[in-house]
Amino acid sequence: MSALSDQLVTFAILAYLVAMICHAVEYALGNARAVVPAAPARELVGAGVGGSGGPVDAPATPAAPARVSRSGDRARLAGRVAVGFTALAAALHLAATVTRGVAADRMPWGNMYEFVLTISLICTVAWLAVLWKRPSLRRLGLFLTLVMVLLLAFAELKLYVEIVPLMPALKSAWFIVHVSTIGFSSAIFLLGAVPAIAFLIRNGYEQGKRSFPYTLAQRLPGAASLERLTFVLHAFSFPIFTFAVIAGAIWAESAWGRPWGWDPKETWAFISWVVYAGYLHARATPSVKRNVATWIAIVGCLTMLMNLFGVNFFFTGLHSYAGM
Amino acid sequence: MTTVTDRPGRAAPEAPRRRPNRLLALLRNSWRQLTSMRTALILLFLLAVAAIPGSVLPQRGVSPEKVNEYFVEHPDLAPRLDRIGAFEVFGSVWFSAIYLLLFTSLIGCIVPRLRDHVRALRTKPPAAPKRLDRLPQHAVLTGVAVAGPGATDTEAVAAELRRRRWRVVVRGNEVSAEKGYLKETGNLVFHISLIAVLLGVALGSWYGWQGNRLLVAGAENAFCNTRQQYSEAQVGARVDNADLPPFCLTLSRFDARFLDSGQPELYRATVDVEQAGRPARTESFSVNSPLRLGDANVYLLGHGYAPILRYTDRYGKTQTSNFPFLTSGDATLTSEGVAAFPDVNVDPATGKRDANLQVAFEGLYLPTAPQQPPFTRSEFPTERNPAVVLVAYRGNLGMDAGIPGSVYQLDQRQVSNGKLQQIGDKKLAVGEKWTLDDGSVLEFVGTKPYITLSVRHDPSSTLMLVSSGALLIGLMGALFGRRRRVWFRITPAGDPAGGTPTAGSSLVEAGGLPRTDYPGFADEFAQLVAAIGGGVPGDAGPADGASAAGKLTGRAGEGRAEETGPAGTREGAE
Ligand code: HEM
Repeated sequence: MSALSDQLVTFAILAYLVAMICHAVEYALGNARAVVPAAPARELVGAGVGGSGGPVDAPATPAAPARVSRSGDRARLAGRVAVGFTALAAALHLAATVTRGVAADRMPWGNMYEFVLTISLICTVAWLAVLWKRPSLRRLGLFLTLVMVLLLAFAELKLYVEIVPLMPALKSAWFIVHVSTIGFSSAIFLLGAVPAIAFLIRNGYEQGKRSFPYTLAQRLPGAASLERLTFVLHAFSFPIFTFAVIAGAIWAESAWGRPWGWDPKETWAFISWVVYAGYLHARATPSVKRNVATWIAIVGCLTMLMNLFGVNFFFTGLHSYAGM
Repeated sequence: MTTVTDRPGRAAPEAPRRRPNRLLALLRNSWRQLTSMRTALILLFLLAVAAIPGSVLPQRGVSPEKVNEYFVEHPDLAPRLDRIGAFEVFGSVWFSAIYLLLFTSLIGCIVPRLRDHVRALRTKPPAAPKRLDRLPQHAVLTGVAVAGPGATDTEAVAAELRRRRWRVVVRGNEVSAEKGYLKETGNLVFHISLIAVLLGVALGSWYGWQGNRLLVAGAENAFCNTRQQYSEAQVGARVDNADLPPFCLTLSRFDARFLDSGQPELYRATVDVEQAGRPARTESFSVNSPLRLGDANVYLLGHGYAPILRYTDRYGKTQTSNFPFLTSGDATLTSEGVAAFPDVNVDPATGKRDANLQVAFEGLYLPTAPQQPPFTRSEFPTERNPAVVLVAYRGNLGMDAGIPGSVYQLDQRQVSNGKLQQIGDKKLAVGEKWTLDDGSVLEFVGTKPYITLSVRHDPSSTLMLVSSGALLIGLMGALFGRRRRVWFRITPAGDPAGGTPTAGSSLVEAGGLPRTDYPGFADEFAQLVAAIGGGVPGDAGPADGASAAGKLTGRAGEGRAEETGPAGTREGAE
């Protein structure tokens, strides 16, 4: 069962890789002939900020419309295939996580390898759910699949461990409550960084910047809708994260004898929490520009990554699953 | 009242005074600056940044040994860092300054908002603006049938709105309604809970106490809860030693289970508890389920072994040491310790003790000793092949000088100045005896388990729990609540202001204003208008009524444009 899980992870990585390549093809084809007029109108309703909305401002090429639309069709096809492969990858990923859990006879969150496996799975599933509601965001899939390939390959190469039962300290009902909510909210925060970065690029594009990263945004949805999505994901995740931290404190009280002790993980959770609270405040304050607020969200994401990876590598604390 | 919270904006209505008091003005300005959202944001960031060194550098409260190591490794840097409190970040002046400022700012922010909100909860939804068509949402319903005077229609509209849990007021032919007070309520609950959490922290540090100690199995090692019994204790400023609740614990049993890989699987301690006013009882506790004794909780932190070493001196008198050997974080429980016998070799003839004939054994205890030398490290945490590896010393242990030494180590000064001499070393399995040069004998009898405990009392834990719960609930309200207003104006048939309504029907005009960022408002508004259009009872007959809902005009469908609007338009709309 454990070996099956490992193989499934490998296949999932391959599927993500294919999805990523298809997304890249979609980009390449789409940008080669940037005049496709029929972007889904629903999403692209006049983006307010820069005044220049949607793809309208691409130079009107006199190229033969037939060729244009053929390349556009092909781009769209590539995009659809990419989504198909992402879904396949998600299915394999799910199977890998479930078999790992079955093999270990517990929730698959006992160590960092399993934790990364689970978080990235939630991230993909949430992404597919977002895509279901807003198909026009499809192009962001390039970022997402890239992150997935990197994350899973890293987990497979650097974090892999054999299955072992839980440490006594982890045997508690709070294990499920705390870890599932932390995992879920971390996944949504990570996913939230994708539209956040896309917004920053797109926003620059809409303000007339045409240098390297901004050109990527040519075919992205309007800045305002990306920003909105960023906010929705963060606002959704923040209370769950808050709950997870509180649940962690309750657990720490019974396991370590104190609800809060500034262990490195606790310290970084506090930092993330404060930064995300800062993001929500900045966004609720009209005098703070939206791109400033979004940068705060990205800083928040970096602090989460620091907590997920950095803290486990650089510091020793009660969370590093060492000793009693 | 608005949701915009940039406080400096409020300065405007202040009338210029003739002779402004500079100091007062400065104070007022500083206060305004402090309570502005911008300042709060900056303070939040400072707080986040200030917390970082707390995770990078070792902290005294978390791992004092690591701080000492740091001092050894960085002899130049460490004292300088220490001076600025870098090893106690979370208790340092600058960290406290940031959060105290933040909380002052928070209080300065909450108080006016609380006042405003209470006022808002008591006032009725405001009268309709003159021109409803200027609002973000607007719709006109024509052909709504009415027979009687306009009053019946407003009542019907009001009833429908109330059914949807709007707060409604009817003024003449107008209905004003507002909903979503929960947002601000949640917001205030959230921020007040934050203050409560901070209060809880303060209470805990004043009235709480905690102590750590080690408890060896057996009735002769029982521990009773007094200040002197703890090796390390932190007692809050407002706690008297007499406040510690009386109870006694005896470790009767300790179970540990490990996998073959050495990874621990289970720890469980069983203790006999004697508590004032209650019959003695036996309880078990483990890592995730502490022993809760009312005013104190007992947590299991670690465990190890205390070798039983029986020494028979040159005159044939026997003494037994059962001192715990400490583990040094090694997963296989290799432990180190000392068995000191200061009162041996008393000459039976004179009854005098010779201070230079004291004996001590220092060394290792290996729960699973290897088959071959070197005997320096245990191979497994349980006792599969227990052995002690000891060095014997004879001489003056230096215990009489009154200098408190560690009970886990020999006084090395005595060794280096030659007053204490090494007389051999040996590995002993259980039951083995070692005869020293003077004919005295050491026997390794066996071991007893010990556990390390933390005993704590935190009087604020309930407050913290409740306020965290409130914080979470308030947070949801603040994030997901949506304040919005709608107005309905009903113009009876024939009213010139209503354009040219058909005879026997009236014109209903509706406007809506979301007061917070709320992209779904357009949909809600459209549904509301449709429900009211369809629901207005027409006495003239169902034929007219049926058509009412269909004739929806206006901009209700346009709501999507709103989500692209620049930030803050809604908030500023008032
Ligand atoms: C520990 C620090 C703080 C945290 C974690 C925190 C968290 C939050 C959160 C999550 C929200 C909801 C955001 C939203 O409604 O979009 C909020 C709203 C708000 N907070 Fe804080 N807060 C903190 C400190 C402060 C301080 C010091 C102030 C006052 C200066 C403040 C003023 C506000 C205001 C005015 C809102 C409402 C924004 C709105 O409704 O549009 N907060 N806070």
